[in-house]
Amino acid sequence: MTLFTEFGRYLLMIKGMFSKPENGKMYWKEFMHQCGEIGIGSLGIVVLISFFIGAVSTLQTAYQLVSPLIPKSTIAQIVRDTIILEFAPTLVCIVLAGVIGSKISSELGNMRVSEQIDALEIMGINTKAYLVAPKIAAALLTIPMLIVISGALGIWGGRLAGTLSGILSPQEFDTGLLSAFVPYNVFFALIKAYTFAFIISSISAFYGYHVNGGALEIGRASTKSVVVSCIAILFADYVLSALLLSN
Amino acid sequence: MIEVKDLKKNFGDKAVLKGVNVVMEAGKCNLIIGASGSGKTVFMKCLVGLFQPDEGEILYNGVNYTNMDDEQRKGIRKEIGMLFQGSALFDSQTVEQNILFPLNMFTNDTMPQKMKRVNEVLDRVQLKDVNKKFPAELSGGMKKRVGIARAIVLNPKYLFCDEPNSGLDPQTSLVIDKLIKEITVEYNITTIVNTHDMNSVMEIGDHIIYMHQGLKEWEGNNKEIIFSKNELLNEFIFASEFLKDAKDMRMLEQTGKIDNDRNMDELIK
Repeated sequence: MTLFTEFGRYLLMIKGMFSKPENGKMYWKEFMHQCGEIGIGSLGIVVLISFFIGAVSTLQTAYQLVSPLIPKSTIAQIVRDTIILEFAPTLVCIVLAGVIGSKISSELGNMRVSEQIDALEIMGINTKAYLVAPKIAAALLTIPMLIVISGALGIWGGRLAGTLSGILSPQEFDTGLLSAFVPYNVFFALIKAYTFAFIISSISAFYGYHVNGGALEIGRASTKSVVVSCIAILFADYVLSALLLSN
Repeated sequence: MIEVKDLKKNFGDKAVLKGVNVVMEAGKCNLIIGASGSGKTVFMKCLVGLFQPDEGEILYNGVNYTNMDDEQRKGIRKEIGMLFQGSALFDSQTVEQNILFPLNMFTNDTMPQKMKRVNEVLDRVQLKDVNKKFPAELSGGMKKRVGIARAIVLNPKYLFCDEPNSGLDPQTSLVIDKLIKEITVEYNITTIVNTHDMNSVMEIGDHIIYMHQGLKEWEGNNKEIIFSKNELLNEFIFASEFLKDAKDMRMLEQTGKIDNDRNMDELIK
């Protein structure tokens, strides 16, 4: 299948999601279920990764800032901006592409192979709207929340690591954290989070929904969805940075 | 009633259905038989709308289903129940939740009313104490019965069964066949069964369509099929020596002769 054919099918899937729900309550229930699966299900790994990313950022920044002329509070500034601009949205979303993306594609792939999607179609249910749309909506709601949590935890992890290792005092870290803060960076991080959430959920749903074959193909679709999502995230990261951060 | 007119379906250069014409009546078990690759699964998928035919018409009680868009098809799809080869039960849901699903999606009944209906259909398919079990905890025959229960819970007008006996032992197959037959008559449903199982053909074949290379090769019922002179059909259904013997014995019983050159003395011995 050519890239264009695949992209065309992807767009058709997105278009096919927009239809009047057969029963709003059931769609809402599915949406809430997906919020739990995607949001709460990924919280643990996000907390763990964010904390350690923050901690490592502080240690590595301190290692590189050897000049006595640079105040130690600068470390906190660098850690804050790195986490808000890049680590929390991009790195965490790449991890989420693996966690959520493979889950979505293998779930839909298994449903396709075991004819559960056909069964829903025959009942008169728009499967793109019922199975794919709630996943994308739930990802759009919960992933930005996870990114906010990730940012906060990353900074906290950095503060804790800096303090415990004696690199800088909590007061110095807080001073650096509050100086030259640009609120636009948070807005930029959220734009990235929404974009990446859509990329992760829609691409993995696409590969899962269109699985054709058996167990082997489900595995392939799962791998492909993670790889393509990661590439798309990195590409979108570059485009968004070029568009929104250029002076 | 389902009427199919000159149905054609191609996949790339390969013509899978080459113009099928057939009428399937209500209250009857309509069986589609044929060798693997003869086009019967594609035919059934065209009938239920999972494949879009390239040419021809499918009329559900006179209403043309082929030209409808997805929204228009929803109306007819609500009247269709389908039993899949692998049962296609939602594996993360219990038996009860599987059967409740269509009721939750398409009715405004209260929960006690829905539960009453769930228990009614489970009784109808002779399943007890399985409400809280997951599909993985059921045997193949039980899964099929839950599949039938889910298919009939909304009182469909059309019931499609794709290889209902695949993977089942002969005794369980008979139970499933009997159930399909009883439900067809009881609810006056147009039932379409896609099968390889010759037991089913003989047991429930009110109307049999034999497909060969994308075309309807023969049409009749379970009484006529024994005496058919169609060579392709005979090659398909009487593939084994045992079935050939059974056929000749039955012909001998009913007509006093057989229409081939087999040695009758040897057969009777």
